[in-house]
Amino acid sequence: MNATSPIIDLRDVRYSVGGRTIFDGLDMQVLRGQVTAVMGPSGTGKTTLLRLITGQATADSGSIDVAGVAVTRSSRSQLYAMRQRMGMLFQNGALLTDISVFENVAFPLREHTRLPERLIRHLVLTKLQSVGLRGAAGLMPAELSGGMARRVALARAIVMDPQILLYDEPFVGLDPISMGVILRLIRRFNDALGLTSIVVSHDVHEITAVADRVFLLSGGRVVAQGTPLELRDSPSDVVKQFVGGLADGPVPFHYPAPDYFEELLARDGGRFA
Amino acid sequence: MIRDFLDSLSESIERLGDTIRFLARILAQVPSAVLRPQLIFDQIYNAGALSLVIIMLSGLFVGMVLGLQGYDLLQRFGSEDALGTAAAIGLVRELGPVVTALLFAGRAGTALASEIGLMRATDQLSAMEMMAVDPVRRVVVPRFLGGVIAMPLLAAIFSMIGIYGAQLVGVQIMHVDAGSFWSQMQASVELRDINEGIVKSAVFGIACSLIAVYQGYHSAPTAEGVGTATTRTVVTSAVIVLFLDYLITAFFLK
Ligand SMILES: Nc1ncnc2c1ncn2[C@@H]1O[C@H](COP(=O)(O)OP(=O)(O)O)[C@@H](O)[C@H]1O
Ligand SMILES: [Mg+2]
Repeated sequence: MNATSPIIDLRDVRYSVGGRTIFDGLDMQVLRGQVTAVMGPSGTGKTTLLRLITGQATADSGSIDVAGVAVTRSSRSQLYAMRQRMGMLFQNGALLTDISVFENVAFPLREHTRLPERLIRHLVLTKLQSVGLRGAAGLMPAELSGGMARRVALARAIVMDPQILLYDEPFVGLDPISMGVILRLIRRFNDALGLTSIVVSHDVHEITAVADRVFLLSGGRVVAQGTPLELRDSPSDVVKQFVGGLADGPVPFHYPAPDYFEELLARDGGRFA
Repeated sequence: MIRDFLDSLSESIERLGDTIRFLARILAQVPSAVLRPQLIFDQIYNAGALSLVIIMLSGLFVGMVLGLQGYDLLQRFGSEDALGTAAAIGLVRELGPVVTALLFAGRAGTALASEIGLMRATDQLSAMEMMAVDPVRRVVVPRFLGGVIAMPLLAAIFSMIGIYGAQLVGVQIMHVDAGSFWSQMQASVELRDINEGIVKSAVFGIACSLIAVYQGYHSAPTAEGVGTATTRTVVTSAVIVLFLDYLITAFFLK
């Protein structure tokens, strides 16, 4: 296989939910073996993008190909087969709260394989060791800090040896140390396990430090893409606003509203309920 | 007013359709869920253990009230010997299944709805989907079956303790003859009465468990959504149980 062939290929994707168009004309190619960052303001549809890629949501039109599977035209069982080759780290880890850390990591193995207990134990402990949490195997998810929960979820996401790993906002709410740990794990797993990684984030500085390629989403489409360096030097206003963290610009600070003074001075007092 | 009523009626019918479709999805997964009986046993235990004490206590009190009211009514006709029969039939055919179902919905049903709703709100169900595990098969079906199996057992326990409570009041306090209390009961409670009780508690078990897992699974992924799901579980279960109770009673008396 070509090292730089796209493993995830979205073409002209359109998706709307609840009467709102989230994506319109979205094109994105993710190259095999790379760490790809997807950035964009909150509410642009980054999580939705991951749901489209994994087939948890279905695009209205356009095509989505993931590792040779046409996601938009696949049955539930075909999608399940595809997801066994993918791992996803949810925003807050999404560990199963009624079972221990060990059992959480063992969960996919128990559901999909008939491995002997001894081998399951070996696999789970090595994955936990790789995220530095072998010592926490006996804890319950409620006993973990936010950063630890995410590392356990990461161990769970790689326990089936996936080809593709998706991260949804892996840094939100973490202290700088935990953040650094996750950052290094993303890079290390990608290179050591031969993965393709997609990291959704709005933490510009963190993510550009590990990403090979960056996509910037805004208004339902990709507005800029390139290496982190290319984006930093981009002349585009949207990119400047986002990378520079400016409050106002092409992405407006104000939610659409009637004229400010007129509304303040309105005598009949418009109601907000 | 009338418009609101019609709107909410059509919404209820729509929701009923959704619920029945969800039931079909559950039933399709039952065979593969049965291959892992431990998951189901755990849920029978959960649903049963949660409700056992309140059902035993309520059964005792309901039986004692039946003892008092039944005695008062029957002695007007000089037939207080029939107290055993009256209490047994009232409990087995009516109060056992209905009161157990209402308590079951309030205790086990709300626990199920909020547990599943919380799993939805914290992405645990999506995480299962992503691990190629169908949450309906892994989470919903064992809980549904656990409730369906636990409910008739609880109703039977309720009725037994209720009869004991009626006996306590009737025989021990009101001095109805113990021999006629039990022998009349034995002679005149028919298989038909027991069947009605079994059918009712089985149907109520299916209805309450289905409503609970449906509400939990389809709750909005927020704290508010979980709250709404638990409230709806109790209210919907109560109305549906009373409605089904009428249908089944009419069917058996036909
Ligand atoms: N099920 C849904 N119903 C209605 N709106 C939704 C739904 N899911 C997502 N949205 C909307 O889609 C937009 C994108 O959501 P999301 O993908 O979570 O954004 P991001 O992850 O970039 O913050 C949001 O404005 C959200 O309100
Ligand atoms: Mg998001």
